[in-house]
Order: sequence, then C-alpha cells, then structure tokens
Amino acid sequence: MTMSTAAPGSPPSDLGDAVIDVRGLVKHFGSLRVLDDLDLTVASGEVHGLLGPNGAGKTTTLRILLGLLRADAGTLRLLGGDPWHDAVALHHRLAYVPGDVTLWPNLTGGEVIDLLGRMRGGLDRARRDELIERFDLDPTKRGRTYSKGNRQKVALIAALASDVELLLLDEPTAGLDPLMDATFRTYIEQARGSGRTVLLSSHVLSEVEALCDRVSIIRSGVVVESGSLADLRHLTRTAVTAEVRSMPAGLEHLPGVHDLVVDGNRVRASVEREGLTSFIAALGGGVLESLTSQPPTLEELFLRHYREELVPAAADAGPEPRRGLRGRRSA
Amino acid sequence: MTSTPVRPAAAPATTNLLAPPRGRGGALAGVGPVLRLALRRDRILIPAWTLGIAGMATMSAQATVGLYPDLPARVEAAQVVNGSAALIALYGRIQDPTSLGELSMFKLTAFGAAIIGVLFAFLAVRHTRGEEEAGRLELVGATVVARSAPLAAAMGVVAITATAVGSLTGVGLWVAGLPLAGSMAFGAAWAATGLVFGAIGAVAAQLTVSARAATGLSLAVLAVAYVARAIGDLAEQAPGPASWLSPIGWTQQVRAFSGTRWQILVLPLVATAALVPLAFWLRSRRDLGAGLLPDRPGPAVGRLAGPWGLAVRLQRPALLGWTAGVVVMGLALGSVADSVEGFLDTAAMRDIVAALGGEQALVDMFLAAELGIIGAVLAGAGIAAVRWLPHEEGSGRAEVLLATATSRRSWALAHAGVAMLGVAALILVAGLAIGTGHALVVGEPGQVLRLAAAAATRIPAALVMVGIAVAVWGWWPRASWLAWLLFVVFLALGEFGALWGVPDPVMDLSPFRHSPLVPGPDPAFGALPVLLLIALGLVALGVGRFSRRDLGTA
Repeated sequence: MTMSTAAPGSPPSDLGDAVIDVRGLVKHFGSLRVLDDLDLTVASGEVHGLLGPNGAGKTTTLRILLGLLRADAGTLRLLGGDPWHDAVALHHRLAYVPGDVTLWPNLTGGEVIDLLGRMRGGLDRARRDELIERFDLDPTKRGRTYSKGNRQKVALIAALASDVELLLLDEPTAGLDPLMDATFRTYIEQARGSGRTVLLSSHVLSEVEALCDRVSIIRSGVVVESGSLADLRHLTRTAVTAEVRSMPAGLEHLPGVHDLVVDGNRVRASVEREGLTSFIAALGGGVLESLTSQPPTLEELFLRHYREELVPAAADAGPEPRRGLRGRRSA
Repeated sequence: MTSTPVRPAAAPATTNLLAPPRGRGGALAGVGPVLRLALRRDRILIPAWTLGIAGMATMSAQATVGLYPDLPARVEAAQVVNGSAALIALYGRIQDPTSLGELSMFKLTAFGAAIIGVLFAFLAVRHTRGEEEAGRLELVGATVVARSAPLAAAMGVVAITATAVGSLTGVGLWVAGLPLAGSMAFGAAWAATGLVFGAIGAVAAQLTVSARAATGLSLAVLAVAYVARAIGDLAEQAPGPASWLSPIGWTQQVRAFSGTRWQILVLPLVATAALVPLAFWLRSRRDLGAGLLPDRPGPAVGRLAGPWGLAVRLQRPALLGWTAGVVVMGLALGSVADSVEGFLDTAAMRDIVAALGGEQALVDMFLAAELGIIGAVLAGAGIAAVRWLPHEEGSGRAEVLLATATSRRSWALAHAGVAMLGVAALILVAGLAIGTGHALVVGEPGQVLRLAAAAATRIPAALVMVGIAVAVWGWWPRASWLAWLLFVVFLALGEFGALWGVPDPVMDLSPFRHSPLVPGPDPAFGALPVLLLIALGLVALGVGRFSRRDLGTA
C-alpha cells in the first residue's frame, strides 16, 4: 500500500507549482461542520478530479476557493494568492461553472456568454463561436426556455471561451447528453494540452477516469484519498464470484479478502490485488464450477467510501482484516 | 464461515396498468392537497396579514370613537374633510357627516381597499405564477393533480383569506364600538375587494411568464382603479361614473355606515365570477411555464458589459412600467387639483381658506399631499428594485457573476445604484407629469418645473427606504420582508400615527416625515442633506457587510 505512507492530498512532487494548495480547511454552516480539516493540492497543468457523494463538501470547497464563502480555519493558496482577499485579481485568471446553472429568464444564451466573458476580462470571439457550434447551442433563445443541459452548456461555453489558467468545474456534465459529454472531454483534453489546470468535481466516475490525472476523494468534508488513478486503482478490490463443489474452509482468514459472503456453494468476495493469488488458489482447492471476476473500477472505490458512510460501523458484522482507510486518515 | 441470511424477494405489487386511474378525476382532481400545501406554506403570512389588516381597522375605529364622542365634533370634522379636494382625492368623501363609522373609516375605506388589493393580487400570483416560475408546480403537476387544480387552490386560498379578513375586521369594528350591521357590511366590502383583486392577480398570472411581471400588472390595474375612484369622488355629482368602473369605488359605494347598500356587493362578486373563469380559460389555453405570448428569439451576441449594464437590463421592465403608471397617475391628479374651488361653497370655508393663504394655498396643499403619496409609493418601487439583490444571490446567478473578475462591491452597488437612480428619476417624472397636468388646466407653463422641483424634495426620503432595504439585505439576506415591514409601519405612522396618539420621537423615525411640505408656505429643507447622507450611509453599511459575509445560496 504505497498510499498508506502518504498524507491525503500530499503534493505530487513539487510544492512550488501547486495551483491550489489547501491545508486544514474547516467550514461550518451553523453547527454543522461541512468541511473538517480538508487538505487538497492541485498541481499546475493537471486535470484533478474531486470525487464524492452528494453533501460531501465538493461545492463548498469550490465556493471557498472562489472567495464566495469564507474559510473558518485553514490555509489556502490559489494561483499564489488568497482566495478571499485577492478574489477579483484571481478571478481574472480562472473560470467557474457552477453545478446548478440558473440563467436570467429574459437574457439570451449568447448575451449571457458575452456578459460573463466581458466580466471575466474578455473572451476569444472565434473560440466562442466555435464552442457554440460544437456544443450545438442556440444562442438566441431566452434563459427561461433552455433545458438544464442547455443552461449547463451556456456556462461551459462562457468558461471554455475565456483565456484563463484555471478552470473550476462543479459537476460540469451533469445535464449533458453522451454526445455533448464527448465534446466536453475533447475540450478538457485541449485545455490540458495547452497547459491549463482543471479542477472538476463529479460523481460521474467514468468521466473522472477518462479525464483526470489525479483524484481526491472527499467524504463528509474530508479528503480520504488522493493520488493518481494508478495509485488509487492499486487500492481497489476485484469482485470475485465463484461456484465450488465443496466450500474450502478458512477463506475469511486469507489476507486481503473483504465482504465475504458464502451461500451454499456460491461465494462472493472483494479481494485486494495482493490477495488474489491465494484466494483463487484456495477456491481451486474446492474444485471450481464457475468463476467470474470484475476488474477494479473507480466506481468500486467510490462505492466503498460511499457505503461506509451509509452503513454504521456497528452493523458491519464479520471480521474485517483491515479497514485501510481509517488508518490513513490519521496519517 | 460468514453467511448472510437471504431475504425473500419482495412480492411484486399487483397493479393492473390498464385500469383507469383511481380516485376522483376530472378537472379539479388534487385541489385538496394543493390547497393544504398552499395554506401550510403561508401559515404565518396569512394570519399575520389578517390580524394586521383587521387590527389597523379596529385601532382606527377605537381612536376615532374616543376622539369624536359627540355629534357636533363629528360633523365639524366631516365638513373639513369634505371641503378638501386633496383629502377627497386621496381617501374619498364622508357620505354622512353624522355617522361615527363613516368618520372612523374615512381614511380606510378606499385606502384600506387598495392595501387589500395589493395583498390579494400578490397572494394569487404567489400561488400560481410564482410556483410555476420556481418550477415547483412542475413537481406538483406530475402527481395526480389536474392542470387547473393549482389555480383552483390559489383561488381557494384567496377566498379563505378574504373571508378571514372580512369577518375579523367586521368583528373588530363592532368591538371597537361601531354599529354591528355597518361593521359587518364594511368587513364584507373589504372581503369582496380582496376577491376581485385575487381574481385580477390570477388573470395577470396567466398573461405574463414571471411572477414579478404579473404582480406589476395587477398593481397597475389597482392604480388605475384608485385614480378612477378619485376622479369619481371629485365629480360635481359624486360619485361620478368613474367610481362605478373601479372595484375600489364599489367598496366605497357600499356605504357601510350610512344607509348600508348591501346590494352593491353584487358588483365585486359578479366581477370575480367573470374573472376567475377567464383565468381558468387562459390557463387551459397555454402550456406550463408559458405566457400568452410565445418567446421570441433574442440577440445571439450580447452588449451587456458589466454589473451596471446587467442591473439596468434587469430593472428596466419594472422601471418602464412604473414610468407609464406614474405619468398617467400624475397627469390625472395634476389636472384635478384645480377643481378644489368647487368645494369652497360656504362662506366660513372661504374665510378659512383666505386665512390659509388663498385658493392657491389650498391647491398647493393638495399637490403637496399628492407628491407625498407618490414619493412613498415610489419608495416602495425602490424597495422592490433592491429585491434583485437577494433574488440574484439566492438563485445562484450572483455566484456565477462573482466568480468573474467582478468585485462584490461593484456588483451590489450596481443594483443599489440603479434602484436609487431609478426611484429618483421616477419621482421627477411624477413631478413633471403632475406639473404638466396642472399646467394644462390652469394655463401656466411654469407649473411644470415648479412641481418637478417640488417632487425632487421627496427623493431623499425615498432613497432612505432604498438604503434600508440594501442594509437589511447586506446583514440579513433572508429578511427582505423587514424592509417592507418598516415601509408599511412608516406609512401607517404617517397616515394614522397622530390618530393613534403615537409619540413624536417614534413618528420622527419615519423618513417621510422629514420631507418638506412643498409646494407650501413654509417648507423646511434642512433635513434633506441629512436624509441623503443617511441613505448613502445605509447603502455603504449593507454593501460593506455583504463584502465580508458568505454568499448565500438557495
């Protein structure tokens, strides 16, 4: 477990080129502790995914980075400045797409794109027109007549048409159809190619998998894991389902075996990479009738954190060799 | 070995998909739940209004009963009222000088009906177009609720509230010492007014796409109705025909305390019975979320350059509407000012007027009173314009703007600035319109600028109200009602404070009290710079606080 030695959100290699560097961020809404000692580092030029269930604190984190909310505690650096005090200067250099885009009912999409562009300090006319065409947006329609996806496009086009160093995108594709989703990915690739930094929050896991260089998983206001996709996939478990003629004993004592369920001749388990060989070998001892395994996806990684949140610890019966994440949180 | 008990699969629900929907169907399915939802939502608002309105009437009645215990005192007071064109234009005539009820309710009959009109139009729009615009009606409409049910439920809310306001007011007046039958008739007249304006609000809600515009349209109808009754009351043979065209005129013509004419109540009821089906018919002709006119495509390229451009663009429709309203109202009021002479029909009255500075002084008093009312109403327009700040903040649109290189201060100042400049411009336009109306009648072109200048002196007090609204938003973004509450309290103090015996220091809290009485013999301009400074200070206070707090979102 290479990640277990590193603190969550530890800088990739060079602290100097971190575009976003957040340490110990705390935010309360009333008595509710929304962000609880959150750390987040985004290096220059990377596409960073902020992954988490609803209410985990993704949007709150982005709003604090934008100076829309004030941090209760913690140190924050954004593009070398303070997000709260230097908000206006920093906003010249970034563009933001909120998760839930609302438009002015009687302004057209084109008007909104141009307004936001101008208020950001200018936008590339040719690029704007290209984006409108690629995203298939009718810029003459009024805000109230757009669907959710089209409102999203308006905000995306305004952000992507600006010449900025950093893109902050809050669930940017939530309302887009698959075709537009692909277009969006092309432009994010393009942004990466031109050296821009992107921080996008999402619970669309395939999107994060396809786009992001690094991912931070946030749950209940804490970044619980952070690293490259390769790092994270290393932690994920392969789902194994098998039918055996006779059930071998002691499966639950094998290293790296989790969530073992035995039902007659059937067995299901999620197995860490290190434990796969011994687990399959043990199953083979019972003569295999059938065997299916699913490769680790980010989905599972995500669900694992998600489920831990839903299932109270007390109800978690059965011996668990390691609750890896708990240990890492205190690291 | 770990094992988990296997749960039996849930038995599939046996539903015959082809069976017709259960429950009572038809055009009004689901009215009950929607009505309960609406009442639940307004469980504070409706009782507060009801108590507020009935309380206002009861307090006025009680105070009048104490002030004018005997007949001669009443008759004298009534004669003063009926001798003043200004008072008649603003409130109406006292039909029977000997009636205690007439005197008690002289200010509240028409003026109170106007307040009720505002509230009920707002209530109807809030539960129809307001819900629709917010998208909540879509959620409700997807359940077993007929297309017309939300409108029916809104009318139910209006009817329930009207009944409550009417009966509580009737009982309140009776308890305060007015005759039982008259009190009940008065309450019934107010309730009927509420029904009519609720129905007007419901029709307006079908025509426009935004709740804001629907409320504006209803208020425009209300303003026309109020001016119509003023013209009717000022007619030589009062009530003139204009009174019979106005729902507020009908309220007056019930004459609750001078030979109650219950049959007049048929007029508002017939109007309601005509307007409500019209609203239903319009509703059945359009899609959810649509107005009567289809949306036209707009420009593909925007010219808006920043927060000021956007603020002007957003506030422009309301400003244009108010301008039209103010011009019509100003011309109408300016042109009737001169008819004051018609009321000087007794020698005693002429002596009093001469002592006050002649007929011109009386006309000026009337004009000053008109300007005071218009200044106060337009202060309300200013508070409504400031509503854009919490509206934009709560809807998340401010979030997008403030994530650009736009400072919070410049964004907030743009909206506050456009609101303030808009109010100032509207008051000047009102002055010009009144001046033009007056100048046309008396043939003195100089009146135009004279009254515009007089109107300008009402600007600082109105700006203080705008400043209060900005400060309230800056500190308590969810409490925009607080600015409206203060506005209503200040207006009530101005209208009834003396009657209620409110001490001077409290009365002085109202900015409107410090506006000079111009045109008039002895105006005091000293307070104007102070009011202006207070207004700007309040804006600075609100914007300063906003720059330091968290952005609120829905």
